[in-house]
Amino acid sequence: MDLVQKYDLGVVKWFTIMASVYLVVGTLLGVYIAFELAFPFLNHLGTDLPYFQFGRLRPLHTNAVIFAFGGSALMATAFYIVQRTNQVRLWSNKLAWFTFWSWNTVIVLAVITLPLGLTQSKEYAELEWPIDILITLSWASYMYNFIMTIHVRDRNKVPHVYVANWFFMGMMVMVTYLHVVNNLSIPVDWFKSYSIFSGVQDAMIQWWWGHNAVGFFLTAGFLGMMYYFVPKQAQRPIYSYRLSVIHFWALMFGYVWLGAHHLQYTALPDWAGSLGATISLAMIIPSWGGALNGILTLSGAWDRLREDYILRFLIMSLAFYAMATFEGPVMAAKNVNALSHYTDWTVGHVHAGTLGWNIMVASGAIYHMIEKIYNIRLNQKLMAAHFWVHTIGTVTYIVAMWVSGIMQGLMWRAYDEYGTLVYTFSESVSAMHPYYVMRATGGALVLTGASIMLVNIISTIRRSNSAQTANANA
Amino acid sequence: MANHKKDSLQAKLEKNIFAMYLFLALAVSLAGIVQIVPLFTNPDTIREQVTLADGSTQSLLWQRGKDQSLDDWKPGDGVRPNTPLEVAGRDIYQREGCFLCHSQMIRPFRDEKERYGHFSLAVESIYDHPFQWGSKRTGPDLARLGGKYSDEWHILHLRNPQALVPESVMPKYKFLDDALVDGKQIAAHMGGLRKVGVPYTDADITTAPQVLAGKTEMDAMVAYLQTLGIMINFKDGVSYRE
Repeated sequence: MDLVQKYDLGVVKWFTIMASVYLVVGTLLGVYIAFELAFPFLNHLGTDLPYFQFGRLRPLHTNAVIFAFGGSALMATAFYIVQRTNQVRLWSNKLAWFTFWSWNTVIVLAVITLPLGLTQSKEYAELEWPIDILITLSWASYMYNFIMTIHVRDRNKVPHVYVANWFFMGMMVMVTYLHVVNNLSIPVDWFKSYSIFSGVQDAMIQWWWGHNAVGFFLTAGFLGMMYYFVPKQAQRPIYSYRLSVIHFWALMFGYVWLGAHHLQYTALPDWAGSLGATISLAMIIPSWGGALNGILTLSGAWDRLREDYILRFLIMSLAFYAMATFEGPVMAAKNVNALSHYTDWTVGHVHAGTLGWNIMVASGAIYHMIEKIYNIRLNQKLMAAHFWVHTIGTVTYIVAMWVSGIMQGLMWRAYDEYGTLVYTFSESVSAMHPYYVMRATGGALVLTGASIMLVNIISTIRRSNSAQTANANA
Repeated sequence: MANHKKDSLQAKLEKNIFAMYLFLALAVSLAGIVQIVPLFTNPDTIREQVTLADGSTQSLLWQRGKDQSLDDWKPGDGVRPNTPLEVAGRDIYQREGCFLCHSQMIRPFRDEKERYGHFSLAVESIYDHPFQWGSKRTGPDLARLGGKYSDEWHILHLRNPQALVPESVMPKYKFLDDALVDGKQIAAHMGGLRKVGVPYTDADITTAPQVLAGKTEMDAMVAYLQTLGIMINFKDGVSYRE
């Protein structure tokens, strides 16, 4: 039977298209603020207005890429995968559309409020309380629909729930906790509130949220995509079921401890920071287990990488996932953290994960879903161009931030033979300039890649629609 | 299934989605309970006083007298709530996203001590809702900025950072000159802060609009910056962190 008749794919389609649109918007903002750091006049464009300044646009960039792009990609893939793997329609198509419209309303409100400076000033949780409530409703509708869809499956046909669904559900549960607790605040008016937590406790809760926005939203959820699309595109079963089980439970239990490694040597008690750092080191094992589980799924089918660009995106994403999950524990180690904390290295690490892992695995998933849903073949040359431009851009970005980050760390702590500090802070700032230009260039390549994907998708869909109309008229 | 082996726990969870939901909810909440809850219950998390060399104790929180106003506080008296003007400045600090490029958390390293001053204590951000420790130093740490430069320097620097520090990549904040602080609004904000635990008196709040009359956002911002890190009088030879 035709996929479109068998499943509720309208909402999947629109989430997928919006994800590709938001990727262009989010990376465009990223490139712009990256250039602002290299060329500060871009903060003003000859005006005295605050709206384009780094401090106002940076939260918009992070919200756009994480929640607009990442969120739409997660919702598209979750609604797609839950139907395919459980062989059942969505529990409620209407509720899924509520999720779509409420989530997009959140994004529109973010675009309006953040440049106006309306912010809770907690990283990745900047949006003010009325929007937070809307996020909670939207998220709850997403989770409820997902779980009920699994619940109403035909248990004779599908007795066991497939692993991709576990990862999505883990993300949904944890993000609910994190979002609600971290945003607890007392409103003073419609646009301003104060966190009920302060100082050291607030810092711990913020980074419990901050690291698990990465650990669950950007890792667990995207691993859900990986566990479905890699086997599907490779047309082989996942390498090891046992490894999936271990990967899953170790990740769910372990990731939540890591937030404290963001606060080592701060006023947070040492035991908390050390606990976070220790478990961070241990997390290499499940992370690499998971990466290998995905990559080894290709055993015996490696030749497919030669012509299948979707598969290339998926496999390259796992290589970056492995790289970033090795780098993370290294940076959490106390003596490395003493150097890397507060520097661009952290920024580089995050982007190794987001550009290398998240965008790549999501691009593979988006291409796959568009081809299936529309029953068309996308332009392979454009896909190849996207792959290479994106990969080169990502590597450029990461390398620039490695150099600048480590250099900053070393300059700040450099002493001369007389025991005095060698560099002023502003000398370290001017030393960053070439790397900030290089980073922005890498980002511009990523933006170019994202634009190529959007053009490819839109033009192919339009061609398919007009072909259908022509057929209908004939 | 042909064999009658009992299902493993994992197999049961895979078949019953609600059971898996409960297991997950438990697995992911353990870390928070172990790592976060003790920060609220263990009194050592925030030390409010230290013992000096002569055996006497130094209170790190300002011990406010019954009829004292915020103006009776002097630098070094201990951590106090922000004055209305500083609250207005801190709101602007949040609004402009200053924390995205400036940390307010000095680590106990030799180079940071020489560059910025004494390492930060937990008690110093006890009234900070939310905390402003930051995570990145695109610009320098600000935890002990107070008193390092004159008000005039800050005003010129905020208007045009490159005029004073040519290498700087900081945006210009000239627009702070043109906006007046809304006293009523700040009084309401102080009311909100009181609800989350900042010990403001009725008088602190009711007099705020009067104190703030005619003040610009620039005045507020400078007042906030000048108060950073000056509340505790650090004494030599005293261990402020175990």
